[in-house]
Amino acid sequence: MNNYETVFILNPVLSEDQAKDTVEKFAKVLTKSKADIINVEQWGLKRMAYPIQNKSTGFYNLFEFAAAPETIQTLEIEFRRDESVMRFLTTVLDRHAMEYNVRRRKGEFNRNRGEKKVYAKRKERATV
Amino acid sequence: MTLMNEPIKRAEIKPKYCRFKKNGIKYIDYKDPDFLMKFINEQGKILPRRLTGTSWKFQKKVTQAVKRARHLALLPYVGDSLK
Repeated sequence: MNNYETVFILNPVLSEDQAKDTVEKFAKVLTKSKADIINVEQWGLKRMAYPIQNKSTGFYNLFEFAAAPETIQTLEIEFRRDESVMRFLTTVLDRHAMEYNVRRRKGEFNRNRGEKKVYAKRKERATV
Repeated sequence: MTLMNEPIKRAEIKPKYCRFKKNGIKYIDYKDPDFLMKFINEQGKILPRRLTGTSWKFQKKVTQAVKRARHLALLPYVGDSLK
């Protein structure tokens, strides 16, 4: 068993529900091949740095999972079959990456810190 | 004639250091384009180690992370006035 991380971009033409269904479909592919899904993140509709298939936005999704190396083959075949997947990238996570991801999930990094500040400010305003 | 390559004000030149070694960062996240922006120039090219001071070990990781980010369209392959 290795730890992996997959980011994939779905077509923005899909509706929110359709996007969720496709994500679930890939999650099922993973669970079928006995992978433990550690984390699923949906970053929502994001602007891309350059157009892919003439689209300038896409639904970004992230899977973190522990699986046998053969699972990657089946998962990537599914990605290639599905036309709504515009890009995908699977990486193996080493020891340092795992540590980093644990901290990331807790929200220790900049982006989340900023959000927290915003929430704090909002709360202040609400109380005033 | 003075030596052309000799820096004029020696005291002003600070020694370079690797920010990853100094801060104990061991993993460079390709999902964080804002951080990776520090290592590319306005055209989106990866900056050389000579300018950023990054050690060889981490320069390889920076390069890998930038290339992954480009694949996922988090960073552009070519850009114009990114900063």
